[in-house]
Order: sequence, then structure tokens, then C-alpha cells
Amino acid sequence: MPLSSSNDTQWALWEVFLQEDEGAPHIHAGSLHAADAEMAIQNARDVYARRGPVKSIWVVPSEEITATTPQDNDSFFDPAEDKVYRHPQFYKVPKGVRGV
Amino acid sequence: MNENDDKLKDEKLKTALFNYLLGLGDDLLILGHRLSEWCGHAPVIEEDIALSNIALDCLGEANAFLQYAAETEGRGRSEDDLAFFRDAIEFKNFQMVELPNGDFAFTVARQFLFSSYSFILFGELQKSRLPKLASIAAKSFKEVKYHLRHSVEWVLRLGDGTEESHYRMQHALDELWMYTGELFLDEGLDRVLIENGFVPESLKLKPLWQERVNEVISRATLLIPTEDSHMARGGRKGIHTEYLGHLLSEMQILARSYPGAKW
Repeated sequence: MPLSSSNDTQWALWEVFLQEDEGAPHIHAGSLHAADAEMAIQNARDVYARRGPVKSIWVVPSEEITATTPQDNDSFFDPAEDKVYRHPQFYKVPKGVRGV
Repeated sequence: MNENDDKLKDEKLKTALFNYLLGLGDDLLILGHRLSEWCGHAPVIEEDIALSNIALDCLGEANAFLQYAAETEGRGRSEDDLAFFRDAIEFKNFQMVELPNGDFAFTVARQFLFSSYSFILFGELQKSRLPKLASIAAKSFKEVKYHLRHSVEWVLRLGDGTEESHYRMQHALDELWMYTGELFLDEGLDRVLIENGFVPESLKLKPLWQERVNEVISRATLLIPTEDSHMARGGRKGIHTEYLGHLLSEMQILARSYPGAKW
């Protein structure tokens, strides 16, 4: 249960992830405030899952997420266009394999 | 057309069903309107969206029941005519749903008491011998399950919350209790509907409702209001509180100022 500081009148922030199909990944939909996990699920249903098909909802306290910082970007995510050895382009995909 | 639809050619049965459907539709229409008043005023935006969602569900359900009522009556009135061109005395909703919203605890408590009732009623109505009534009930039942879940969670959190939230929730339940009696009276109901297996007997729903409601109230560390308090009654016969007229004047003004107006 994320605790908020005493002068903070907002409820805790939660990140919402939706799954649209069985087996599909849960995709980040946005965030919302809620008093606890059960209420976060309910709010997520109202705010993000009213339209379109949803099979499952995850809510995660925002403060539990550790993220990269923009300063890391050049060392972390340097595009790999010039590094052919990073791409699996020397393999033949067998016939009958779909969705690659 | 099944044999039961055929029975509805009988004038007495038709009138009975029409009145019953009006009661159901009016409850949902008036409650939906009250909930819509929260739009832009709820304590937090997430709750604003939740209450507006529930309001829309109620209006959708009201629309289905009133449509069926209009069709049963067979005098060329539409669901909109029924919603916007009747006066307070012709409305058959329970008094509980027309009460002003009060604070958030009051709105939640009312929703909890009413949704608990709807949950049991629609559960039974799904078995109605009238296929159309059974199917509208089934669709509504799905929505009511969520309304109940939403309000139960809030009753628990406010009841078993801070001193102030506990006090407000207890106060709301105490204030509302006298309006729960008429939910189980079958006032103005023609028993011919029960005899034909079209609708359940409300009195039989009471223990189920009581059990469900008491369990939540206790879990929320709240006290169950006393049984023997004075109970308001008469909603199903068109007897209402002073609040309904004001609500209708706001709800109906557009349709009455611009008859036939279209979006």
C-alpha cells in the first residue's frame, strides 16, 4: 500500500495496464488516483475500459515503477542501424512460421 | 409470440404489467437523473466518471423498461412521452430515489440499498415467464452487479474509515432507512402478475435483501438501523416527497419547451 505524505490531499497514483485479448500483452493505458488497489481496479474499469474489448486489467502503484532517465538515453538506446550483428537477419525463417 | 404474450391481450393483465413496468422504469429514470447531478461535483474525477457511468446505465435500463411499458400500453405513447410528459402524481418510483443527493456518503448509501434490491429483483425477473421482461432484466442484472460492487466498496471504506466518514455513513443509513420499507410492499401491484409467474413477490425478496445488506453494514463496523422505525410508503401509487416535482421540472423542461426536439 503506497503511503502518501500527510500534506498530500491526493490519493495514491496508480498505473493502469489493459489486455485486449487472451494471451495479448497488458499495455499501459494511463494512470489514475485511488485509495487502494480494489478501488484502482474499479476506477480503471470506469476510466479506461468502458469502450472496446478488455479481457483483463492490471493496476500498479506508480511509485513501484523504476524507470530509465533521459540522461541514460544515448548509452542505453543508441540506435543499432549500424550494428548488423544485433539483428537476426542471417537466419532463414522456416516456412509455416506465421506472425514474425 | 408465446402463449404468455397472448395473455397480454387481456385488458386487466395488460394494465397490471404496464403499471409494473412504469414502476421499474421510473425508479431507474429518477435515480439516473439524481446521479447525473454529481457530474462535475464528485470529490475526485475518478468518482465523477464512476457516478456518471452508473447514471448512464440507469438511464439505459429505464429506457428499456419504459419502452416496453409504452409498447404494452399500446396507445401510441413512446418512452420519451412517458419520461417527459407525465406529472409527479403519475410517477410510480419509490421515494428513496427522488431524495436529494446529500453528501457523497448519502448518495453511496442510497445506491447500496437500492442496488442490493435491484440485484435480487433482477436476479428473479430473469426467470419471468415473459421473455421480453426476462431479457431486459438479464441485461440490467449485469450492470447492477457492478453498481452494487462500487457502492459496497464505498460503504465499507467510509464506514470503517475515519471518525468523520464513519459518522457520515451511519447518518446516511439512518436517514435512508425509513425509505426501504416500501421496496417490499407490492403496493399498487395487481397480484395477477405474480399468479401468472410474470413477476416475483417482493415480500419474498426481503429476507434475501436483509441478509445481504446486514452483512455489509456489519462488516463496515456500522449499526443496522432499527426495524420498527416509521416507514414511508406510497411511491408506487404516485405519492411522493416534495422533491420530485422540482426534479421533474428540471428533467422535463427541455422536452416540454421544445416538443419533438431532436439532438
